[in-house]
Amino acid sequence: MTAVVTGIGVAAPNGLGTDAYWRATLAGRGGLRPLTRFDASSYPSRVAGEIPDFEAAEHLPSRLLPQTDRMTRLALFAAEGAIADAGLRPEELPRYGAGVVTAASGGGVEFGQRELQALWSQGKDHVSAYQSFAWFYAVNSGQISIRHGLRGPSGVLVTEQAGGIDALGHARRHIRRGTPVVVSGGVDGALCPWGWAPQIATGLLSTAADPDRAYLPFASDAGGYVPGEGGAILVLEDDEQARARGARRYGEVAGYAATLDPAPDSGRPPGLLRTARLALDDAGIGSDEVDVVFADGAAVPELDRIESDALTELFGPYGVPVTVPKSMTGRLFGGAALDIATALLAIRDGLIPPTAPVDAPAAEHRIDLVTGAPRPARLRTALVLARGYGGFNSALVLRGCNDTTDSEETAR
Amino acid sequence: MSVLDLPTLTRILRENAGADESVDLSGDILDIPFPELGYDSLALLQAIGVIQRDFGVELDDDAASAETPREFLTVVNGGEQPSAESV
Repeated sequence: MTAVVTGIGVAAPNGLGTDAYWRATLAGRGGLRPLTRFDASSYPSRVAGEIPDFEAAEHLPSRLLPQTDRMTRLALFAAEGAIADAGLRPEELPRYGAGVVTAASGGGVEFGQRELQALWSQGKDHVSAYQSFAWFYAVNSGQISIRHGLRGPSGVLVTEQAGGIDALGHARRHIRRGTPVVVSGGVDGALCPWGWAPQIATGLLSTAADPDRAYLPFASDAGGYVPGEGGAILVLEDDEQARARGARRYGEVAGYAATLDPAPDSGRPPGLLRTARLALDDAGIGSDEVDVVFADGAAVPELDRIESDALTELFGPYGVPVTVPKSMTGRLFGGAALDIATALLAIRDGLIPPTAPVDAPAAEHRIDLVTGAPRPARLRTALVLARGYGGFNSALVLRGCNDTTDSEETAR
Repeated sequence: MSVLDLPTLTRILRENAGADESVDLSGDILDIPFPELGYDSLALLQAIGVIQRDFGVELDDDAASAETPREFLTVVNGGEQPSAESV
């Protein structure tokens, strides 16, 4: 049974809404900025992908405001956009015909920090009753489900920055088991002291003060990553139903795989290469059929080396165009769901967005990194890779549907 | 203790749990069940927390299980039915 994406909703630091995000991304316009959400002056890392222009009250009913963390508000915004984009009317589906599977890493940590501070400093009477669920990592799935009446199989995946891919992989399982629609993806954010400190503790964050030099995947001066907030929500749908209702189909989730790295002292190789191979096997294609790779792009030299080695092994040196548009948003806690959306938009328009502001990859990385300007290309199949802290590796193969042929031809 | 009236209760609910756009909270709502007003049990818990804090009172557990504003105000005001003036 084939699962296709029929709706995309985006909330990103460089664009609120899919069109704004895609325009900015093609233009190489990033959304990394000095942190303003809290006073970060005493922290070693002070740049983040903040979404600057999101007024929750303009997008959500007032009933939802007291009970939602910012990341849930952004998730509800993206979910509403995805469902509208799909032209889906959940009330017309069977009662249990639509589920929700999202990825999360932090949960509502900003909400949680505020309420815990109230508890410690003012006492239990000052803690919001909504703390009971607002900081829970599964809250986005729950709130999306309640708001849109999606009662089918639902859940949440927690695999750090690989999560968005795992959510789509799990959503596809539900489609195969007979649920016609699953709203999936991931929107998260942890731009508060409590969310910031544990990321700094990984040692993987950039300490550069200049937002234009802070997150440079595969560059010779790569020095860690920048966290961002936001993400993407997608509507995944059974292909037969999508065709029957005449929905526009962005592409098929053709292959999925996930592995966990071996223990650091095991002497065994990291799992990323194997993950990519497993996903291609799952899609039933060889590496020669991949037209573009959306790489994980950790911007940590050792991790970049592991990834470029894997890509060189799989595709040969400079064997396939590679891009890391998350360089413009920061790495999102919703786990690469935005990369999936971006890959589908690239397939639709026949344009590979650049890894802005990286000028060129370091010589040791023998990959064809797309930099500078978007590259026109006939795109049929994309491989999306992601890694999460703690050894998570995930890979997704996306294949354009025939609907996109017209724009592919135009792009040529 | 201070007597809580309906306008104060609706203000507290509105400020702490939002307001359903399709409901007129300024109308005669004393006997309308909370769910129909757009408030679930958590919204009531949230309101109870604020009332305890702002009015310096300890509320009976029955307040959380009140089904209408009239029942809620009666519990909060120690059994005294909301009078016409308080509405």
